[in-house]
Amino acid sequence: MTDWPPLDRFLATDPRDVGCAQALEILHVYVEMVLDDADGSAARYPGVAAHLAACGPCDEDFQGLLAAAGIPS
Amino acid sequence: MQPCEVSVASAGTPEGDEDAAAAPLLPAVQERRLDAESAEWTRALESTGLVREQALVRLHELLLRIARGELRRRGGQHPITGPELDDLAHQAAADALLAITNKLSGFRGESRFTTWAYRFVILEVSTKLGRHFWQKPTVTLDSEDWDRLPDRFGMDPADHAQWRGLVDALHRSVDEDLTQRQRRVFVAIVLQGVPLDALVVQLGSNRNAIYKTLFDARRKLRAALAANGYLTTADSADVVSVDEDEGRRS
Repeated sequence: MTDWPPLDRFLATDPRDVGCAQALEILHVYVEMVLDDADGSAARYPGVAAHLAACGPCDEDFQGLLAAAGIPS
Repeated sequence: MQPCEVSVASAGTPEGDEDAAAAPLLPAVQERRLDAESAEWTRALESTGLVREQALVRLHELLLRIARGELRRRGGQHPITGPELDDLAHQAAADALLAITNKLSGFRGESRFTTWAYRFVILEVSTKLGRHFWQKPTVTLDSEDWDRLPDRFGMDPADHAQWRGLVDALHRSVDEDLTQRQRRVFVAIVLQGVPLDALVVQLGSNRNAIYKTLFDARRKLRAALAANGYLTTADSADVVSVDEDEGRRS
């Protein structure tokens, strides 16, 4: 048995993960929910939360939109 | 980007069906009445003449500010600086403005208008960085250096004896268990370090499709490594069939 945690985490998949298309489609909604209630947003959209935890590019977009939405227009 | 930061979600499409249409909007999203500022934005953008022109100018200024900020925020991920960076921001803002005006009727007030609009420019920044990667690529797609794998996953070279067997088993599974498409995506992203959005450009695909391809590859590889005793247990996703997964998401 050879445990290699970083590889193990990379190969692990979450069946709740909704994929990039659906996550990005409601990213603006999710971002505002996070700004209001971070814990509640993950509970309401577990598939989006699972996706953002696994997809680097989508999480980058999420972080960018989160920062942008916090700036007064 | 470390490979472990790039994951995939399977939308449960059959293997090789990576160009399938995007799934519909999550049904839980509810429409709501527009707040005053959002209502003003949509009223101005849907009007004509000077009112619309002024709104477009103001929106472009906002989008340009967000694009510049986002490119600065991602500064550690790209080598672009100076006038080229600002040109990229202008391109992202202009393309986002066009997309927003074309899709304005699709804004249903699920968020503030500005948050909805900023999403377009953030995604444009990602797309443009993916395209820019190939102007001065830092990787070559014609080589496979499996000895880089431990470093990509942060393993200490001193532990060579510990990870050698696992790397060999993973290499064998990549060769034997993955489809040609899955293998190509896995090697490009994990071994060669190609950013996912850049691979999208190279393969003429889209992010969701590449993500799903890599997701399926990961699931196969983990199941194979677990079956051969290299990983402790298979997680629940490893035993979910494509059909079961499809049903769960429909």
